[in-house]
Amino acid sequence: MGICHAYAPDGRCISLLKILLTNSCIFDCHYCINRKSSNVRRARFTAKEVVDLTLSFYRRNYIEGLFLSSGIIGSSDYTMEQLVEVARSLREDHGFRGYIHLKTIPDADPALIEQAGRHADRLSINIELPTEAGLARLAPEKSAPRIEHAMSALRSSIESGQDARRRYRSAPDFAPAGQSTQMIVGADASTDRDIVGRASTLYDRYRLRRVYYSAFSPIPDASAVLPLQRPPLMREHRLYQSDWMMRFYGYEPREVAAAADPVTGMLPLDMDPKLAWALRFRDRFPVDVNRAPREALLRVPGLGVKAVDRILASRQWRRLRLADIARLSRSIAKLRPFLIAEDWRPVKLADQEEVALRSKPRAEQMELFGA
Amino acid sequence: MRVVRLAAEDDFEGWRSAARSAALAGIPAEHLHWQPGEATTDLFAASINSAPLPPVAPADDFAVPRRFIDVASDAILHVDPSRFAQLYALLLRLRDHPALMGDEADPSLRRISGMAAAVRRDIHKMRAFLRFREVIEADRTPRYIAWFEPEHHILRANAGFFVRRFATMRWSILTPRGSLHWDGATLHEGPGAHRSEAAGDDPVEAVWKSYYASIFNPARLKIGTMLKEMPRKYWKNMPETALIPSLIAGAEAREKNMVEAARIRPLGDGRAALEALREEALCCHRCPLWKPATQTVFGEGPADAHLMLVGEQPGDQEDLAGHPFVGPAGKILDRALAEAGIDRANAYVTNAVKHFKFEPRGKRRLHAKPNNGEISACRWWLDQERSIVRPRFIMALGASAAQALLDRPVTITRSRGQPILLDDESEAWVTVHPSFLLRIPDETRRAEEYSRFVADLTALKDRITAL
Repeated sequence: MGICHAYAPDGRCISLLKILLTNSCIFDCHYCINRKSSNVRRARFTAKEVVDLTLSFYRRNYIEGLFLSSGIIGSSDYTMEQLVEVARSLREDHGFRGYIHLKTIPDADPALIEQAGRHADRLSINIELPTEAGLARLAPEKSAPRIEHAMSALRSSIESGQDARRRYRSAPDFAPAGQSTQMIVGADASTDRDIVGRASTLYDRYRLRRVYYSAFSPIPDASAVLPLQRPPLMREHRLYQSDWMMRFYGYEPREVAAAADPVTGMLPLDMDPKLAWALRFRDRFPVDVNRAPREALLRVPGLGVKAVDRILASRQWRRLRLADIARLSRSIAKLRPFLIAEDWRPVKLADQEEVALRSKPRAEQMELFGA
Repeated sequence: MRVVRLAAEDDFEGWRSAARSAALAGIPAEHLHWQPGEATTDLFAASINSAPLPPVAPADDFAVPRRFIDVASDAILHVDPSRFAQLYALLLRLRDHPALMGDEADPSLRRISGMAAAVRRDIHKMRAFLRFREVIEADRTPRYIAWFEPEHHILRANAGFFVRRFATMRWSILTPRGSLHWDGATLHEGPGAHRSEAAGDDPVEAVWKSYYASIFNPARLKIGTMLKEMPRKYWKNMPETALIPSLIAGAEAREKNMVEAARIRPLGDGRAALEALREEALCCHRCPLWKPATQTVFGEGPADAHLMLVGEQPGDQEDLAGHPFVGPAGKILDRALAEAGIDRANAYVTNAVKHFKFEPRGKRRLHAKPNNGEISACRWWLDQERSIVRPRFIMALGASAAQALLDRPVTITRSRGQPILLDDESEAWVTVHPSFLLRIPDETRRAEEYSRFVADLTALKDRITAL
């Protein structure tokens, strides 16, 4: 959220202090290092400790704010109370103006959720797994209907909060940055097609701001139900790309699903889903950069939203040639087969070129199960 | 050559009014020399004309697109000394072609937009990577001091952000070309400073470093992404970056330890794990074969079996019964296993594809070979079974099973009779599928192939006993 104040060697942005109030938990979710049956050492912060830590990091410009979650201790309500107390103290006792994201516990009392929404910028409830069957196997204490019920309640609170703000400027905010969720990829049997479908349902039904994908990665003290495996990082990346296609490029969920392999339901790993879609629907190309509407230009693999806007602005003043497109975009070599310009018309895309469009095989990732 | 003096490197207003006058006076870009700051140039001492530019009469004033002002006010902060002249040249062209700002394909506009983008990135990175240190002053109140080395002339442009964000703190931002000081109410500017003036010992830095080290997941090293967003030039002023080399170096070892620990230690209740997996597999829709089939036919056998037998897919009878290898092929398999001295009850028996694929012929359902897509869709389940049961030996019955196991096409005749090491250190063995024997019409050849089948199983049995 906001500014990334640092990047870890895993390439992830650090913008929030992301901690658990405690890693003790009464649940036994197999993908989680803190599940009841794990041998991990348990620790616990007091609400005041979290508040002080957040403030001292914020003052040094290390972070934008706090992302607080917790293992379930005692009861859902007790745990939620503690989370809310941290947010309340930051806002009311210290006038904290940074960002607060609270993980919400699905079964907690609605009154507590209400308070959480008053102090936090964003609330989130994890859907955990894309399929109900997967949830039943890997997080036996959680229930998909209960999680979705909580999401739907959050949606109403957020919307009535927005509505009130529209009428009265002084009305209190309720989670102005909306709600999001997180889904673990690669731990259950769902295909990319399942995941894309699930995510788009969630976006529609609960007006989520984001669905975050998290490639399941090996945890110490793994469970028998979910043995160690290589984290599907490229798969996670492709799913994020498909998410962008829907959110910024105007693809329908079923169109993204059509980019996946018809039998296995998986998006190709060796090219991005936008290119995969274009290769499956070749009759939609080439696109004339001097005439095509915005929607058609957005579907050209290699043209981003910015490049498309620049093309639209420029072509009011001149007939665009290939060299112009090269200046407005990143890689003309990848674009060429899909475009018509003033001085350019591609021949039919040959298989040879298609091979060249696929990303070069990368150096092997760190060996996980090497002999 | 006419010299135009600007108050400072980031004097946009000065440039704006001079450029307006010069443009109205019709002075070409190459006749102006822009001189920011106090320094004097004597390069062209003889030809220099320092006379002030003529004032602008209100009636003569001209308008430029809003977008030009936006781009120019950023680009002016760039370190490139030619930026003033480039912007002026663009301004002159803009008077004749006001639409030029929309033409992003224009080379000189692209260059200037690129400068503006570089400046905005520098502004953003300063907001991100600047680090304050807490210093307790003589009056025992804290003051926060930061040292930062911006690439472009952005210090003043960025002041508002830090004032708004850290309004209640007292702070100083020191850079080589100038400094800012906020006392909680007013902002003061000071001269350039030296890194040593921001030195100090802040105990919270150690806490932050330990947070940074623990938020990093060693299982997903992506050094390229990190470097793209956080280039090395910023590292020297960020406390946590000192840890990066050791985190990267230790990542592989940490991950190996995790995997090794899990390999040695039993993972817990494998039987329950298989049961849960079978439950999930009942509603598997990973490929379209679930539609016509009766049910998922999952693997069966002890969760700690040393030997796993993998067939191709359930047949007609298996599909109805819900158990693997219970039809005619299963009978042959049972007989051959008995002859080779292998007890089927000790083996985990499963299939590469878990749904029956068939073509209806009248009342009969004829077996159809699963294709590559179906095998690879179903490999997920086989991999799960393997990682729970962790057999030391796997016998692949037929080409489909061998392909599922080895992830490449396999010729049985060339691969049978010898172990193939898999990447989890277990051994794969390959032989024919028992239903192949059923389909041989010639009785003598059938008997021959049957004994080769038994021989393959016996070789495996010998290998198991030898270990």
